[in-house]
Amino acid sequence: MSRTIFFEVEILDSKTKEQLCFLDKVEPHSSVGDIKSLFHKSYPKWYPARQALRLDPKGKALRNDDLLQNLPVGTSATLYFRDLGPQLGWTMVFLAEYIGPLLIYLLFYFRVPYIYNHKYTLTSSSHHVVNLACACHSFHYIKRLFETIFVHRFSNGTMPLRATLRNCAYYWGFAAWLAYYINHPLYTPPSYGKTQVRYALIIFVLCEAGNFSVHWSLNSLKCEGAKCRRFPNPSKNPFTWLFFFVSCPNYTYEVGAWVGLSIMTQCVPVALFTFLGFIQMSIWAKGKHKTYTREFKDYPNFRMPILPFIL
Amino acid sequence: MASGEEDGTVEEKETNNKKRTKGAIATAWLTFYNIAMTAGWLVLAVAMVRYYLQKGTHKGLYRNIARTLKFFQTFALLEVGHCAIGIVRTSVIVTGVQVCSRIFMVWFVTNSIRQNEESVILFVVVWTITEITRYSFYTFNLLNHLPYFIKWARYNMFIVMYPLGVIGELLTIHASLPYVRRSGMYSLRLPNKYNVSFDYYYFLIIVMLSYIPLFPQLYFHMLRQRRRVLHGEIVVEKDE
Repeated sequence: MSRTIFFEVEILDSKTKEQLCFLDKVEPHSSVGDIKSLFHKSYPKWYPARQALRLDPKGKALRNDDLLQNLPVGTSATLYFRDLGPQLGWTMVFLAEYIGPLLIYLLFYFRVPYIYNHKYTLTSSSHHVVNLACACHSFHYIKRLFETIFVHRFSNGTMPLRATLRNCAYYWGFAAWLAYYINHPLYTPPSYGKTQVRYALIIFVLCEAGNFSVHWSLNSLKCEGAKCRRFPNPSKNPFTWLFFFVSCPNYTYEVGAWVGLSIMTQCVPVALFTFLGFIQMSIWAKGKHKTYTREFKDYPNFRMPILPFIL
Repeated sequence: MASGEEDGTVEEKETNNKKRTKGAIATAWLTFYNIAMTAGWLVLAVAMVRYYLQKGTHKGLYRNIARTLKFFQTFALLEVGHCAIGIVRTSVIVTGVQVCSRIFMVWFVTNSIRQNEESVILFVVVWTITEITRYSFYTFNLLNHLPYFIKWARYNMFIVMYPLGVIGELLTIHASLPYVRRSGMYSLRLPNKYNVSFDYYYFLIIVMLSYIPLFPQLYFHMLRQRRRVLHGEIVVEKDE
């Protein structure tokens, strides 16, 4: 009868090197995730998502699905622990980031007291485009909330609380800034009038539909967390045909929708928000594109990360 | 097969040679740049001393040296480029913030506003002393002949110079506020077809407030560097 060899795991603090926990009789086929759960039992405030365990204090953090017996440790392992700070699940993160702009814009749209001159409190704008912009902006964020709750499938990843607060400050602050001007009593409607608004609206609607189609299509890929067996491809839905040209058409459509909103409102803060978003999304798209080309040998050469033929 | 291996080593030698040439060109350029900047700020220092000795007062001194100051301070933009292409190993952002704040002071605050002379002289004198020390430190470092007193100066004078410079800059911006408010300069009011507004007065107040988080970060960064550089020396001496 073969004897199972048990592992001993010692967990030290990365900075002070003092021993925080000693686990004996650990099954060899345990994963790093199992060890984190065991560690959590001794230190209830450090739930697994907050733990970073490393083989070397300055090395890379181990993944939850790494198995103890596959690590270069022998039967007695020493792991170094670092606290990543309070964490939020992705769903919570996105809900927080999207609810803010939605509600804040409405505060400005209804001209709640103390924002504008008191004689304009709770009045409404005489321009049609202001009502339309409110509808579009609100639709955009309601759609995003809907997708966060019903469409996207997130890995079990989390985001540090501090980073979430920083992101929220950015989105909420920018929403307040652009809503201030669009709903201002001295707002100037677009220079080319109804034509400009009409075409901008068409761009906006098409891009929102495209963005949703792409999210839906990404949802139907059979993925386990971050690893996918296939890369995304165009389907029967014409909006997904952008996959022929770009790796991340969801970002392309997102930029397009904001370009539409910028043209519709003819407002510099909106254009600035669009521009900064474009820069950030291009960085993300380039990263995603690199991951795809690395993981799939048959990835089409023709595709660019975010802009067809260009970027 | 054998010739394939030889080609490999030849290629390696070529890239190594290219790296060495690039390194030599970078060092030569940086040495020239730092010598030029040291000289420039020395010229400024001499001009200021001469003016004061000749006129006996500091009134009108800033107007006298303003052009030279603007020239050499603007030239420092190149340092951001040095970090960006990697020939200087400092963060682009840190250098960018420092250079931008200097350019902002010189082109957007003192350039356009009639000034209270004392605070302007304060920060210009501080800048001159700091920059001469800094650029001569870099120069001697690149030439591998660093006199101890320059190293001492670079890592100790900032302890007093930095806060003095900040006080001078903040007093200057504060003194400019009434004038900015009255003239409405650099400001854009509603309504306009871009649907945006900009109030330079409030912008200056935000700039002043931003010193509160930024200054301690830069100051403690320098203190940490000082401890690392000078403390390392003490350890070496003990071994001897």
